[in-house]
Amino acid sequence: MLDNIKEFASEFFVTGDPLIYGADASIVLATIGIVFVLTYFKKWGWLWRNWITTVDHKKIGIMYILAAMLMLFRGGVDAVMMRTQLAFPDLNFLEPEHYNQIFTTHGVVMIFFMAMPLMFGLFNIIVPLQIGARDVAFPFLNSLSFWLFFAGAMLFNLSFVIGGSPDAGWLAYPPLSGAEFNPGVGQNFYIWGIQISGIGSLASGINFLVTILKMRAPGMTMMKLPMFTWSVFAASTTIIFAFPILTITLLLLFLDRFFGAHFFTLDGGGNPMMYINLIWMWGHPEVYIVVLPAFGVFSETVATFARKRLFGYASMVFAMVIISIISFFTWAHHFFTMGSGANVNSFFAISTMIIAIPTGVKIFNWLFTMYKGRITFPTPMMWTIAFIPAFVVGGMTGVMLSVAPADFQFHNSYFLIAHFHQVLIGGTVFGYFAGLYYWWPKMFGFKLNEYLGKWAFWFWNIGFYVCFMPQYLVGLDGMTRRISVFSNPDWIGLNIVSTIGAYLMGIAFLFQVAQIGYSIFRHEKDTTGDIWDGRTLEWSTPSPAPEYNFAVIPQVHSRDEWWEEKERRRRGEKPWQLGPIEPIHMPKNSAIPAIMSACWFVLGFGLVFHWLWMAIPGLIGVFICMFARSFSAHKAEYYIPVEEIERTEAKLRGGSV
Amino acid sequence: MAQSPAHGTDHHDHHAAGHHDPQDLKLLGFWMFLVTDVIMFGTLFATFMVLRGNTDGSITGAEVLEMNGIIISTFLLLTSSFTSGVAVLAMNQNKVKQMIIWLVITGLLGAAFLGLEVTEFIHLVHEGATLQTSAYWSAFFTLVGTHGVHVAVGLFWMIAIIIQIVRRGLNSDTRGKVTVFSLYWHFLDAVWIFLLSIVYLMEVM
Repeated sequence: MLDNIKEFASEFFVTGDPLIYGADASIVLATIGIVFVLTYFKKWGWLWRNWITTVDHKKIGIMYILAAMLMLFRGGVDAVMMRTQLAFPDLNFLEPEHYNQIFTTHGVVMIFFMAMPLMFGLFNIIVPLQIGARDVAFPFLNSLSFWLFFAGAMLFNLSFVIGGSPDAGWLAYPPLSGAEFNPGVGQNFYIWGIQISGIGSLASGINFLVTILKMRAPGMTMMKLPMFTWSVFAASTTIIFAFPILTITLLLLFLDRFFGAHFFTLDGGGNPMMYINLIWMWGHPEVYIVVLPAFGVFSETVATFARKRLFGYASMVFAMVIISIISFFTWAHHFFTMGSGANVNSFFAISTMIIAIPTGVKIFNWLFTMYKGRITFPTPMMWTIAFIPAFVVGGMTGVMLSVAPADFQFHNSYFLIAHFHQVLIGGTVFGYFAGLYYWWPKMFGFKLNEYLGKWAFWFWNIGFYVCFMPQYLVGLDGMTRRISVFSNPDWIGLNIVSTIGAYLMGIAFLFQVAQIGYSIFRHEKDTTGDIWDGRTLEWSTPSPAPEYNFAVIPQVHSRDEWWEEKERRRRGEKPWQLGPIEPIHMPKNSAIPAIMSACWFVLGFGLVFHWLWMAIPGLIGVFICMFARSFSAHKAEYYIPVEEIERTEAKLRGGSV
Repeated sequence: MAQSPAHGTDHHDHHAAGHHDPQDLKLLGFWMFLVTDVIMFGTLFATFMVLRGNTDGSITGAEVLEMNGIIISTFLLLTSSFTSGVAVLAMNQNKVKQMIIWLVITGLLGAAFLGLEVTEFIHLVHEGATLQTSAYWSAFFTLVGTHGVHVAVGLFWMIAIIIQIVRRGLNSDTRGKVTVFSLYWHFLDAVWIFLLSIVYLMEVM
């Protein structure tokens, strides 16, 4: 009996590596610490009522961002470990198997569990406030999206200490990811971690599309939408067309692994290249999904801090819509080397080059917005300005990669690695940081410390170039990705420099953590609600906004409505005529999203280990939750009475509405 | 495409500012969901088309697929789509009892369809065609099975809606549920037409 348990545990838990034992210990200690703090300060009820069961878009957004920051830490540690292993030739810091796991989890964590939740966090906090709405269209579904993401992320991260991590690359190409060559449970964690959170992303895409189409303030036509909301619209549209492909692709891989189907196997007539086509039909739009909202953030910050109206509004909208359409017609550029022939490769090469044109239009629009503006340089604007050269270089190397014949040289080399990190960090991460610094006061009512923020900024930026510029060169020299050791003496210098850059970015992250920690304890409370002298409706609410956002929904007349309103007030003209306060219809909190996601987690965990006794109850739980919601949804609403709104408004605004 | 700016201009009559008709939102949201479902089925159809010839030397569809059962299935499902439409018409005339009867008929037809599908699958397995046989059969069972799972989920969903209408009667909330369900059911019907043409007719012709 005892031997059986021992044998089971040695397979169930990941053993034999001191790094992992360290992680085990820190996970257990952190869990005990959290439980102790919550119990000691009697915060369980607070956690349950205010956070776990909340349907308030602003709180859900904060939870997304918190989770994304933790995942940024995990993905960042993976990155630093990889760069440490590659600092010198023939190092033995990581075993090859361990290295494979780490580059896999680094990619998955950064895209699915860092970029996506950071993006949804900003969507959640800002979109309803920008369009003058009280919440998203489906607040319950919104909460469910978050908890599905969370369940998926936890399931994926569990593979680190239980069962073993996936190790077939961030997109898990078969046959390497199939049952024959990868019999462990790591790839199962990959499939279900991403599948569960992907369903949440799909639901969020639908939710924000309906929100933007149906819940805008009166007078706000689509061509008066703030540009960030337009970018959310473009990204959400791309989500609802792209994510279903991912869902099916992962399902097919699951059927191959679990039931022995032959979609992507080498035998039985399967076709592995089919998987690679499918995954990139989702994967290419996905990179535009994460970068479009960053473009939206820059459009907001550049107008606010240049104190000018955004240049070329209509062309910005047009460019984003075109980008999200063309993004569906470039997928094969990820594998020009497949051998699909000159005609196919030409098509995808040209479509890839075309997509650079609307992107270039946007760059020029931002530059022209700054032209002759009275620019100030707080941290959000610094990230915006740093983005432009980073993205231009990243875009240019992208156009180089799109030249199909040349790609046979670049393919899977460090040149490619440098390219996509440059656009993903220089575009997406810089954009989300700009958004985070810009809207932080709206979320919490105070600005993040600018001094520490500037240290973080410079460490990030210098580290970024020091890390990735050498990778272009070493890639052109022939160093390929995903190798755990190298011995070519020509590559040594460039690799050392690159590793130094990675450490500089690690230090930058520590500065950001310090910045957030310091600002929480030492800050000046923002009483205006409009700390940057902003242009769009979110700045007309108090910071942080009350749960109902707007006591009275304003009537919109123009783009940058809040700026125009302030101009009217400055000129002494008649300000907004807001109607009387009426009772506000609000959704009630619900425990179903968290419980249902826990059932999904149980289902996923059972399928990872082929434990049907666990998976089936999980599936039944999911259905019970759906029925419970269907039968109770009509009772899940309430009204906030007028007196309570008046009291809240008086407290937040010091008496004047 | 959904990006058209024209969407934004018309449907904004806020008498009570900020109070949106929840049924309006749900209907649009459900159409969006159907878009995602179309893409899912589209991906499965594409997979099937690519892997159609990959029978790996084992049995082919033409050898074992029996069209008689499929023709009957088709009529059952098409009729159920019609009856679900009749149920919505009855609902619009506030005839609750009639509506429930038509919904129950829809459900019975759907259940019969599922029964035939299960019979067909058992027959195929006896003939030696399983998910593991070849890429062709993997794609076949996954595509047809996904449609079947959709029908089964629809049946449970419909039962839940009928129970709620019996308890609470017709109101804007339950009306919305029936409307959305009927949309879903018609959608499954449309998917089946493609299944019939591409998976079955093209194979046996």
